[in-house]
Amino acid sequence: MLSTEEQAVVETVADWVDREVRPVVRDMEHANTYPEKLIEQMKEMGIYGLAIPEPWGDAPVSMPCYALVTAELSRGWMSLAGAMGGHTVVAKLLLAFGTREQQDRYLPKMATGEIRATMALTEPGGGSDLQAITTRARRDGDSYVVSGAKTWITNARRSGLIALLCKTDPDARPRHKGVSILLVEHGPGLTVSKDLPKLGYKGVESCELVFEDYRAPAGAVLGGVEGHGFAQMMKGLETGRIQVASRALGVARAAFDDALAYAQQRESFGKAIWKHQSVGNYLAESATKITAARQLILYAAERFDAGQRCDMEAGMAKLFASEIAMQVALDAVRVHGGYGYSTEYDVERYFRDAPLMIVGEGTNEIQRNVIAAQLVKRGGLDRG
Amino acid sequence: MNIVVLIKQVPDTYSERTLRSADGILDRSATDPVLDEINERAVEAALQLKEAHGGEVTVLTMGPDKASDAIRKALSMGADQAVHLSDEALAGSCAVQTARALAQVIKTLPGVDLILAGNGASDGRVAAVPAMVADVLDLPALTHARQITVDGTTVTVRRETDRGAVGLTAELPAVISVSEKINEPRYPSFKGIMAAKKKPVSQLSTADAGISAADAGLASALTKVTSVTPKPPKSAGQKVTDDGDGGAQIAAYLVAQKLI
Repeated sequence: MLSTEEQAVVETVADWVDREVRPVVRDMEHANTYPEKLIEQMKEMGIYGLAIPEPWGDAPVSMPCYALVTAELSRGWMSLAGAMGGHTVVAKLLLAFGTREQQDRYLPKMATGEIRATMALTEPGGGSDLQAITTRARRDGDSYVVSGAKTWITNARRSGLIALLCKTDPDARPRHKGVSILLVEHGPGLTVSKDLPKLGYKGVESCELVFEDYRAPAGAVLGGVEGHGFAQMMKGLETGRIQVASRALGVARAAFDDALAYAQQRESFGKAIWKHQSVGNYLAESATKITAARQLILYAAERFDAGQRCDMEAGMAKLFASEIAMQVALDAVRVHGGYGYSTEYDVERYFRDAPLMIVGEGTNEIQRNVIAAQLVKRGGLDRG
Repeated sequence: MNIVVLIKQVPDTYSERTLRSADGILDRSATDPVLDEINERAVEAALQLKEAHGGEVTVLTMGPDKASDAIRKALSMGADQAVHLSDEALAGSCAVQTARALAQVIKTLPGVDLILAGNGASDGRVAAVPAMVADVLDLPALTHARQITVDGTTVTVRRETDRGAVGLTAELPAVISVSEKINEPRYPSFKGIMAAKKKPVSQLSTADAGISAADAGLASALTKVTSVTPKPPKSAGQKVTDDGDGGAQIAAYLVAQKLI
C-alpha cells in the first residue's frame, strides 16, 4: 500500500530503532534521561519534517506512512513518538490554516527540527471539555495580553512554538466561536513549571504553563482571524488521534514481540511455554488485536489523506489501539511470569507507558462520546 | 574526486543461512537480502571524501535484479548514481570472475580516482575481490583501511588487521577496502530516500559490459564447491551453577587459568 520510498522510510526508522534505541532505552527510561542524541538523530533523518511539503520542507509523507513511522518510534520508546506528535499536529495546523507569513516564519525551521512545536489545550481545571477553557487572550492595541494556565504540556520547555488554545471572546455564544489558537513563543509573562511526575512517558518533559500578562503580537492568531480556533483544533486532533493510536500500536507491538520471543525461549514442564495452550492463547489474541488496531489506524489515515472527515474513525482507532495496547502489555507481563514484573526486562515499561494513550489526547471516555455522537449524526455506520 | 564504491547485496547477516545441498552454494532465496553492512561503511567513507573534496560517488554492483534494493539504499545514503551489472550468465561466478567483471565495468567509467569496497562480504567470506580488482586494473591495493586521507593525488591509509597496524601511501587512482572500524554509516534521511528514485541507475548485461559468456558463471568458475561440512558446534564450556557462590566460582576458575 505504501510506495517503495515510503516503505523505505518506515524500514529506515525500524532499523534505527533496533540499532540505536532498543539497546539504550531501558537505562535511559529508568534514569528519566532526556534522549538528546536520539532526538538529534531523529532531526537528521527528517522525522520533524514528515508533514511539511515544499517550499518549506523536503520529504513529506502520506498519513499512513506517518502513522507507521510513529508506531516504529514507539516500538522503541513511546516517549520518542511523544517528542514528535504535537509537533506534527502544529505543522498540519499551520499548513491548513496558517497565513503565508506564519507558514514562512515557522515551517522551514520546524521541518529540520531546529524549532520544535507543541500544542497547549488542557487546563488544570478541565481536560477534555475544550469549549470551557479559561485561558484568556485580550486584545490591547497591537497585541494580545494572555492570562491563564495550561497543564500536561509535553516538550514545553524545548518547544520554540506553542499553539495555544485560548478564548479571545469569553462571552461568545455558542462558546466555541470565542476560541482562537495563538502562536506563542517563550517570553516575559510565560513561566514553565518544573517537570510533572509521571507513571511512564519518561525522558520527555511534561509541564504546566502559566501566562501572566504575557504579550503576543496581534498577528499571532492562527490564520489571522479570531474565533476559528475550535474548528481548527478539531481538525488538528484528527492527526493527533491517529498519532496517539499509532503510539499505542507501537507499544503493543513491542510487548507482543518480546512475549513471542520469550515464549519460545523459556521452557517449563519440558517444552517451550508457547506450547502450553494458556500461553499460546495470549500470543494468538495479542497478535489478532494488534493486526486489527493497525487496520483501523490505516483506515482512518487513508480517509484523512482522501480529505474525508475522519474524526470518528480516528477516534475509533485511538480508542481501540490504546485499549488493546494495555491488554497486550499486561498479557506480555503474564507470559514473562515473574520476569514480567522485573525492571530488568522491558515489558514493565510497556505496562507503564500504555495507559498514557488511554487518558491522553482526549480520554477514551471522550472518544466514545465523539463516536456515539457521530454515529447518530451520520445515521449509523457506512455500508461500504 | 570521482569515487566508485563496490557494493554487494547479501543475505541478512543476522539470519540463519544455509547452503544448497545440490551445489554447496549459499541459498539466497531463504533469507531477506540486504546491503552488506561493510558496504554501508564503504559508502559512508566515499560520502565523507566527497563532502571534503567534491566529486561524485558511483555505486557499482554485480548481482541479480533484486540487488536494486541494495542500490537504492546506497543512493538514499547520498551516492549520486549507480551501475548495476545484472545477467543470468553471471550466476555462480567465482571471486576471480567477479573481479574481472567489475574491473571491466570500472574501465568504462570516466575519470575514476578511487575505488572503495568493503574488506570482505559477510556471505562468501572470500575477502579477495578488492585486491583482485586492483590487480586486474593494475592499480595499488590498500586493504583493511581503518582511516583514509586524501591529499591532492596522494592517498594515505591506516591499515589495521589482527597482525598489527601499518600506514600505506599510494598515488591515485587506487583501490581501497575498508574495515569495520572505519566509521559508523549514516542512516538515510527521508529526503535522501525520496531523492534516490530520481538518481540514474545504469543497467548493464554482460554483453553491454563486454564480458564474454565463457568468462562468467558457475560453469567456467575457477573454484568449485566439492563438498560441504558444517562447522562443528561450539563445544560446551564450563557451566557454573550459581547457588549464591557463582562469583567466587568464576574467580576460582579464572585464577586456575592464571587469568587473574
